[in-house]
Amino acid sequence: MAFVQQSSPHARNARPTSRVMLWVIIAALPGLIAQTIFFGWGNLINVIWCIAVALASEAIILKLRKKPVRFFLKDNTAAVTGLLLGLSLPQFAPWWVSAIAVISAIVIAKQLYGGLGSNPFNPAMVGYALVLISFPVAMTTNWAEPTLLWQGAPGLGETLSSIASGHQTAVDGWTMATPLDEYKHKIATHTADEVLSHPTFGDAVARGWEWVNGAFLAGGLLLVGLRIISWHIPAGFLAGLAVMSLAFGSNADQYAPLSLHLLAGGTMLGAFFIATDPVSAATSHQGKLIYGAGIGVLIYLIRTWGNYPDAVAFSVLLMNFAVPFIDHFTPPRTYGHHKARRGVPGKSQG
Amino acid sequence: MSQLWDFSGGIHPPENKRQSTAGPIRPAALPERLVLPLQQHIGVPAEPLVHVGDRVLKGQKIADVTGGLGVPVHAPTSGIVEQIALRPVPHPSGMEDWCIVLKPDGEDQWLPLEPVRDYKKLERDQVLELIREAGVSGMGGAGFPTNVKLRPPRDRKVQTLILNGAECEPYITADDMTMRERADEVIAGLKVMSWILRPERCVIGIEDNKPEAIQAMGKAIKGTQIELAVIPTKYPSGGEKQLIQILTGMEVPSGGIPADIGVMCQNVGTAVAVSRAVFEGKPLISRIVTMTGEGVSDPGNFEALLGTPVQSLLTQAGFDADRTNRLVSGGPMMGFTLNSLEVPITKTSNCVIAASERELPTPAPEQPCIRCGQCADACPMELLPQQLFWYSKAGEFDKAEHLNLFDCIECGACSYVCPSSIPLVQYYRHAKGEIRVQRAEQLKADRARERFEARQARLEREQEEKELRRKERAKAAAEAQARKKAEAEQAEADGTATDERAAKAALVEQALARKKAKAEQGPATDSDSQPAPEPPRPDLEALEKQLTQARSKLETMQGMLEEAKAQQADNVDKLERAVAKNHDRVKRAEEALTEARQLLANATESQSTE
Repeated sequence: MAFVQQSSPHARNARPTSRVMLWVIIAALPGLIAQTIFFGWGNLINVIWCIAVALASEAIILKLRKKPVRFFLKDNTAAVTGLLLGLSLPQFAPWWVSAIAVISAIVIAKQLYGGLGSNPFNPAMVGYALVLISFPVAMTTNWAEPTLLWQGAPGLGETLSSIASGHQTAVDGWTMATPLDEYKHKIATHTADEVLSHPTFGDAVARGWEWVNGAFLAGGLLLVGLRIISWHIPAGFLAGLAVMSLAFGSNADQYAPLSLHLLAGGTMLGAFFIATDPVSAATSHQGKLIYGAGIGVLIYLIRTWGNYPDAVAFSVLLMNFAVPFIDHFTPPRTYGHHKARRGVPGKSQG
Repeated sequence: MSQLWDFSGGIHPPENKRQSTAGPIRPAALPERLVLPLQQHIGVPAEPLVHVGDRVLKGQKIADVTGGLGVPVHAPTSGIVEQIALRPVPHPSGMEDWCIVLKPDGEDQWLPLEPVRDYKKLERDQVLELIREAGVSGMGGAGFPTNVKLRPPRDRKVQTLILNGAECEPYITADDMTMRERADEVIAGLKVMSWILRPERCVIGIEDNKPEAIQAMGKAIKGTQIELAVIPTKYPSGGEKQLIQILTGMEVPSGGIPADIGVMCQNVGTAVAVSRAVFEGKPLISRIVTMTGEGVSDPGNFEALLGTPVQSLLTQAGFDADRTNRLVSGGPMMGFTLNSLEVPITKTSNCVIAASERELPTPAPEQPCIRCGQCADACPMELLPQQLFWYSKAGEFDKAEHLNLFDCIECGACSYVCPSSIPLVQYYRHAKGEIRVQRAEQLKADRARERFEARQARLEREQEEKELRRKERAKAAAEAQARKKAEAEQAEADGTATDERAAKAALVEQALARKKAKAEQGPATDSDSQPAPEPPRPDLEALEKQLTQARSKLETMQGMLEEAKAQQADNVDKLERAVAKNHDRVKRAEEALTEARQLLANATESQSTE
């Protein structure tokens, strides 16, 4: 009689990684839809293109690494990396900029470090930072003007040909400085009211951007509700950003207001979809709070006093560096112990 | 209602308990053979008291532990001892162990029983002995001898006695059915244990998914001081540490036992066994086992004689081998797979699941860990399973240990929720095993070193003693020779006494004359009166060498001390002492040298004056 011989537990309730990643993709859809409505077809084209490049490069590198291609492609993690880049890149970013971002994310940041689960840095953000530094013009001048899709935004064909043409910059009339960029560069010489009169801000906080951020917030809360991500990183992230903004930027004539920090740029996408990449994030709940807060603080610092209008990629990468350190000092207190065993073996004992 | 606390983590797997609670507990049919492992408890195996061919009565002690931890084994029915041999036993390793094989004669003839009506008239030790003689060991899982557990160290007074009726593992309903049908026996046994321990509080913990058991137990405790705590259903609430936390809010210290915080847990089945041992004088010869899973058509609970082969019980529950994919002894979370239908029911078997592929599917292939942290959220011990996995897999066992690997209770909650289908518990078991091996090896190496050092010390001591003895012998020999010589001289002297005396007188005269002459010659020290035959000529060269050696040593020591001070090492004190010592040594060497030089100078001077 040959029964299965296995070690306990025998019962499993796996929500497989592939399904976890699928939920991430689903939760990002409201944001993508909002992007498409307010900024045209660019993001959708980017997302499709980036996912395609991500899957292709993942397949090739897996083959080169002599790993089972189908097995790993099925986990949907490469698709998520492609998706996140597609959502983050400027709408009119030329095709090759996106491709370079995705390939460096998958090949260098993910697979050359050992593949899924072994990458110390957030792959999508490695790709993003790389193209941001390498192609600053393409990465700053290609942000679409916020126009409703059905109110004279460039059509699907026009957008596609602009992206496919490979020109560093898109048609002038289609693009516009992002609200964060505008505020950062104008506030030194103008009052807040003068700056905010620019059309990029619209009537509320930041035309279009507020909706996009709201949609990503909703999708993120869905992920928290489904327990696919824990609330600690987004909470730390947003709290860090808000506390910094309230502490330093209360004067709108000097610094961008809190509402702009929260609802413009990649804030919500970063807080719920990018910083929460578990592989490169801190481990314990306490560690996640610190990790998230660090990203929030860094974003404020770079946005306010740095050279870049937005800073999700750099902040995430910088905190990725700090993860092993955070992990060493934030283990939870185990049952039956007086305190947590911090540090490394052989030093402090708990 | 008593106050309850929550434990962190935990999971809610499908309970799957309904299947086996539809009918009452059924008495199992007498099998053809009973196989009784000599070790059904924690401790040393029992030794057979019977021989092959002996006829034994029901309840007769057939094996016992003479020295060490353990309880006896009894014949579950009357019959003939057929074999004492190696047989497959229920163990995760699938190993064989020594068993007594009993062929029942069908008469089921009891040994004369000696029930105790009023146990309170006995000494507590007598009752404990009674429990031991009845072969009672923990029936919840580990099988620790109950009489030993009921006698905690003097400084560990049990304030809270907990009866564990949580039965949090899916599928298992043995305790549930016992409480439903034998509530009075459970309470009777609990009262005996309570009388032995004299706790301030006695509480029964039952998960809220067992309303019938709660009702039955509630009825049985009427008029007693015993509390009934209905706890939320959450795996692993029945884990000893978790149940203690739920009911008392206290945590068992890491590496400690519940008695350290004045708590003791006992199992429902054990309470029944104690009750029977005391009030009926019956030893532990049967237990309630749940037979369930989709591989049996008629699941339920059986009261089975110990030693009944699993196959016999499965057959009675309507076993279909073709539908069965795996056979689990215990629950689906912590049980182990059986590889043979021959294994017997023992004191610790509470459940056998004949599981189909559908209900306990073969896990998907392991994927890389993405550190999602679901395991950490599920862990009832507040560990970081993902980090433990990482370090266990990488062989960095010291780091795994640092993150409290040994606090893992192997409940399987982490593996249950892992989206990457990683057999986490298996990794932890491996790491624990490796660490234990390393520790054993370290201990062995330490002992070997100690042995070597002791031998070295002994050899040195022996050498010294030998040297000492040799010296003593030499001295004795010299003395003996001196004595002999003296005797010989004496003998000679007796012969030439007069001559001798004359010679002596002459010698004295000569000496006096010399002295006189010297005194006339000039002043001279006293020592000159009798110049040493060979003035001590100190070895200047050797002394100088000694001094340079001492100085260089002092220098190195000082260097080491400074380095240690710079690094704030903890051996600074020691080094300081060593430096001071070397300082003295140098000083002494210097003194010795100057003294020697002076002496030499004096000697030459005196020679010249002479």
